[in-house]
Amino acid sequence: MVLQNIWFFLWGLLWAIFFMTDGFVFGMGTMYPFLGKTEEEKRIMINSVGPLWDGNEVWLITAGGVTFAAFPDVYATMFSTLYTPLMLILFALILRGVSFEFRGKVDSPKWKRVWDTTIFIGNFAPALLFGVAFANIFQGIPFDENGIFQGTLITLLNPYGLIGGVVFVLMFIVHGSLWLAIKTQGDLQARAIQTGKRLWPVMVGAIVVCLIASAVFTDLYDNYLANPVLFLILVLAVAGLLGIKVFMGKEAWFKAWGCSCLSIVGVTFFGVAGLFPRLYPSSINADLSLTAHNASSSPLTLKIMLVVVVIFIPIVLAYQTWAYKLFSDKVTEEDLSHEEAY
Amino acid sequence: MDVLMLSRLQFAAATMFHYLFVPLTLGLSILVAIMETKYVRTGDKVYLRMTKFWGKMFLINFALGVVTGITLEFQFGTNWSRYSAYVGDIFGSILAIEATAAFFLESTLLGVWIFGWKKLSAKAHATVMWLVAGASSLSAVWILIANSWMQHPVGYVIRNGRAELTDFFAVVTNEFAILMIMHTLAGAYVLSSFFVMGISAYHLLKKTDDEFFTKSFRIALVMGVIFTIFVAVEGDIHGKDVTQKQPAKLAAMESLWETQTHAPVYMFAWPDEENERNVIEIMPIPGLLSLLGHGSFDAEVQGLKDFPKDERPPVLIVSMAFKGMVGIGTLLIFLTLFGLWKRDKLQEYPLYLKIMMFAIPLPYIANELGWVLTEVGRQPWIVYGVMKTSDAVSPILQSQGAISLTAFILIYGLLGAVGFYLIYTAAKKGPEKTEA
Repeated sequence: MVLQNIWFFLWGLLWAIFFMTDGFVFGMGTMYPFLGKTEEEKRIMINSVGPLWDGNEVWLITAGGVTFAAFPDVYATMFSTLYTPLMLILFALILRGVSFEFRGKVDSPKWKRVWDTTIFIGNFAPALLFGVAFANIFQGIPFDENGIFQGTLITLLNPYGLIGGVVFVLMFIVHGSLWLAIKTQGDLQARAIQTGKRLWPVMVGAIVVCLIASAVFTDLYDNYLANPVLFLILVLAVAGLLGIKVFMGKEAWFKAWGCSCLSIVGVTFFGVAGLFPRLYPSSINADLSLTAHNASSSPLTLKIMLVVVVIFIPIVLAYQTWAYKLFSDKVTEEDLSHEEAY
Repeated sequence: MDVLMLSRLQFAAATMFHYLFVPLTLGLSILVAIMETKYVRTGDKVYLRMTKFWGKMFLINFALGVVTGITLEFQFGTNWSRYSAYVGDIFGSILAIEATAAFFLESTLLGVWIFGWKKLSAKAHATVMWLVAGASSLSAVWILIANSWMQHPVGYVIRNGRAELTDFFAVVTNEFAILMIMHTLAGAYVLSSFFVMGISAYHLLKKTDDEFFTKSFRIALVMGVIFTIFVAVEGDIHGKDVTQKQPAKLAAMESLWETQTHAPVYMFAWPDEENERNVIEIMPIPGLLSLLGHGSFDAEVQGLKDFPKDERPPVLIVSMAFKGMVGIGTLLIFLTLFGLWKRDKLQEYPLYLKIMMFAIPLPYIANELGWVLTEVGRQPWIVYGVMKTSDAVSPILQSQGAISLTAFILIYGLLGAVGFYLIYTAAKKGPEKTEA
């Protein structure tokens, strides 16, 4: 039980870290066609995430891999029932990765226009679809006793699912705008800041709607009412959201971005804590829901994986932090003239 | 087509496309690291230019390798959910370890390498490339351990309706895995050396930059000589192991129908699966298969008829893949040995250089055929002797499988064309004349 609960927590944590790290890349990419007015600004935007996006994306692979290792039934049922949205996410991520790499390789406006479009799609689509997918998981997925999905892609685009999608997109845009505020200067920075400031109230509004909708469409609050201490997670999320506003006012972009990280983790854990111990609830029959207790791997596997994670995740965090520090400077024109730049 | 066939085709397309890029990532990262180290040691700018030129091609290739790898991990869940639930306890944990212990390092540090030229000392920068190269080979090791478990499952029991781990150490020290790791890595290093030698040969013929490309050719030649021979010797040991652990695969490789002593190897044979015989058999070498499989001319080798019809792999595909792989491998040994012999006067042999240029696709084909042999040869099992492929597929709709397969083929086709075009243009253009 204890092992399974630890793994439930780690499962939520890995997804949260993925949203936190890759979230600002998704946000940058979503704003990309609107904020980048000149070729130079576009390149600065791409290069602001250039050294880091690849490492960030591995958090998704790890979150997926850990789901497979610790909760194989969840991995199997989740990805086969969410077949179509997951395929769309995967294709979008493929496009995103190669767009960053390929865009600058041929000196032709037409060529660049193609990759400009795919950069937008490749970042916006996963942001939206991850939100839709997670909101749907929070309210339960219509799958039967054979793990067969009783619905279509349209089933997932229900009101609560769409609210989740909108919340994710807005949070990532604000997250990305703060990242650009840190990494850029001049007009581009001013526009990024303006976007962040304008969207902050919209994002907060969407989150409030989502919290209210959660009471209507899900039973996430049951856990909270049973254990009021869990409301601390919400306090954390709210503190993050307010912190963004405060530090934006002080033009302390890095601190504001840090608060944005906190709010993303907080919002993710709001759902995860409400879900516990369920990982993948069935909306057809609650007895079919996959939980940390009925869908986990053997104790031996959980133990071995725990040792691996306890050793390696801190190491990963250490060298990723080092990489973030190494590339914490603003992206300048001079950086763009290096032949390695995107 | 049913969901099973659609999923199999999709997985085959996704893996084979992914594997167009993986071997070059594995080997070229090492070659680039060697070049950069030579630059750090000697201060000779030509090595810095080499690092950048070959590094550029490495990066285009790497990007395609990564993005196509992500889809593979998730396909176990999307298309093979029954398999995932049945073996996730073991197979899933190996994949998760790969991501945590190897892939993270590779991806994070590659970003540092690309953008870190001015931010790190030359020595630190070269070290980063070694770490990238080491992490990519380590990543391959974990993936191959996972794959080997499907080929020869160990360290598990069937309990609670699934395979549960009992001995982690047995899984990671699986003899099948060790042999497969050596064979696969060596094959990748061969491919990378031919990639560098082939492009260098093109430029040596055009006399673009003789010093640069002679040096490049010779660094790759060392790797080529070592690993073309290694892969053949190791392949023989690997074959003996397969004979023990997957007798039906061996029988299919040589399209051997009857169990017999003094089993022959045919230079060429065309199997007729319907009638359980070979319609064409050219140049049998008696006893050779007994020797290759069991180390003795008169050893008994199991024939396909020993296995029920529904437990035999598709003989034609497996045997052709095997012959193709071995044939190309043999040719590559001669090509590298000739290069070694004439290493000081390569320019005097334009025909050899031309052959080397056109030889670039050969190790690619051999690597792919190796995987066809490994995976198709395991059929009808997804986990050898434990779970059939037909029991592993997800309960998804036929339309989902068909649409995603079509999307895979379209998107991968486009990406492949673009990637090939970019590498081709970069290779043809040659290195920058001076280092910025």
